[in-house]
Amino acid sequence: MTLQQEFAPPTSAKLVVDQVSKSFRPDGRNRVQALERATLRVDEGEFVCLVGPSGCGKSTLLNLIAGLEAPDDGTLSSDGEPIRAPGRDRMMMFQESALFPWLNALGNVMFSLKLKPGLTDAERSEVAHYYLKLVGLENFERASIHELSGGMKQRVALARALAPNPRVLLMDEPFAALDALTREQLYGDLQRIWAERKKTIVFVTHNVREACCLGNRVILFSKSPGRIREEFKIDLPRPRDINSVDLAEYATRIMRSLKGHLAASTPEAQE
Amino acid sequence: MKRTFTALVFFALLVAGWHFGRDYMVRTHRWSPVLVPSPESVARYLWENTFAAEILTPSGVPEPNLNRWLLFLAAWVTVKRLLLGYLIGLVAGVPLGFLTARVQVARDTLGVLALGLQGLPSVCWVPPALLWFGQTESAMLFVVVMGTLWSVVLATETGVRHVNPLYIRAAQTMGSRGLHTWRKVILPAALPFIVSGMKQGWAFAWRSLMAAEIYVTILSGAGLGYLLNNGRDLNAMEQVIGIMLVIVAIGLLADKVLFAPWENFLHRRWGTAK
Ligand SMILES: Nc1ncnc2c1ncn2[C@@H]1O[C@H](COP(=O)(O)OP(=O)(O)OP(=O)(O)O)[C@@H](O)[C@H]1O
Ligand SMILES: [Mg+2]
Repeated sequence: MTLQQEFAPPTSAKLVVDQVSKSFRPDGRNRVQALERATLRVDEGEFVCLVGPSGCGKSTLLNLIAGLEAPDDGTLSSDGEPIRAPGRDRMMMFQESALFPWLNALGNVMFSLKLKPGLTDAERSEVAHYYLKLVGLENFERASIHELSGGMKQRVALARALAPNPRVLLMDEPFAALDALTREQLYGDLQRIWAERKKTIVFVTHNVREACCLGNRVILFSKSPGRIREEFKIDLPRPRDINSVDLAEYATRIMRSLKGHLAASTPEAQE
Repeated sequence: MKRTFTALVFFALLVAGWHFGRDYMVRTHRWSPVLVPSPESVARYLWENTFAAEILTPSGVPEPNLNRWLLFLAAWVTVKRLLLGYLIGLVAGVPLGFLTARVQVARDTLGVLALGLQGLPSVCWVPPALLWFGQTESAMLFVVVMGTLWSVVLATETGVRHVNPLYIRAAQTMGSRGLHTWRKVILPAALPFIVSGMKQGWAFAWRSLMAAEIYVTILSGAGLGYLLNNGRDLNAMEQVIGIMLVIVAIGLLADKVLFAPWENFLHRRWGTAK
């Protein structure tokens, strides 16, 4: 670390996405422009939520930030370093749980921990137990993945992503398959972990209220081509309750804006 | 418990049917008593060539049994060939399968070769093996390896190509790279395919080894195939049937010892049908 970095202001951007474009099957007939000139700055310790219609490139953006794919155009960087490959400091929680069927729940959480150097095996298993307990699955440590419900799988995946204590968490609709009660409990836990551990979180969701409950900022996407349209700052005290009236007000505003973009981007839908 | 009982009843009925059916056919002069042995004579053959310390001479005088443990020795000769060759086929086949799955050049060359040779009945390797290696253990080993290898290569290749890319991406974000990804993600993810390839390779190896042992006398040891053929030479049908039973038993045992643990693991983790 250089002296300059040492004295840099604490609000320096953690993640920078600069004019990034990404298309799939660029030479094929069904070329898809998943993302067009997206620009996004996420500060250290910020919680950013991405909202937008299905297929507008939210998962693509997360994959790019994770380093799993390379952009056609533009640059991405993390802590000022260009993102070229996946790194343990940016842990990703996928839209589908992506748990390994050959390991049990505990084994899946241990997988990420075993790759983290500087821990003894005893410490690793202690950490794994801690996070499985946090997501309420302490009684399912030995369960095979196929024995878990969809929501339980997502909770194991959450534990697996949190366990190595990454600086950045990239979460792709992690709570979509959960029941309302578990979800609300996890909203609380996630806000607490975020605040206590000073994590930077980029969180994709379809649920506007969820976005308002969790994020410092909500970024609105629109489709075909995938673009960043608008952003909203959520100035509500934490911990937030998803059922509060203030939050509903924000959500209504964002929802209205979202519908406006949808209508604008698909003129044929109005006819 | 109930299942064991059902199986026992079934096999008891089978043996009883054999006994009485044969009895009837022999008494009515439709079957030759020599060509169709009774279950008792087969049982006696098995006993006298395994555990019996003494046998009775035709005059009723007991004398030491020279053939004691004979079947165990022959089975060991055969199983040793099989296991050794199988292991070689497996250890070589899995990495080759990885290679053909991931390297285009290997797929176009080795992959095509594997596909072609897997279609070749592995008994066909017996004549060239005898010419190259003579009547030796090496010839037997070669036949078994050829029976195993190609099935394992192809199954591993298919398995690797069916691995959900999401697993690999997830592992990469957690810091897995190179060899670690191969060992801890791709290999286990391909396991369902690899195990079925292992089973097929085993079946091919077992069949071709038997054919080879029947076909030719190997100087370094008499296996089960040799004894089977020897029974034919002696017109000793109880020996032929007895050896066949031993071969069946080894097949069942292999399934229990070699494959059941893997299949139970797959069943437990993947939730596949047993
Ligand atoms: N691997 C791929 N190959 C081809 N096209 C792809 C691929 N991944 C994504 N796409 C296309 O890119 C576009 C954006 O996909 P993406 O998964 O980022 O959408 P999303 O915003 O995450 O949608 P959802 O909310 O439904 O998850 C879609 O039109 C999709 O068809
Ligand atoms: Mg998505």
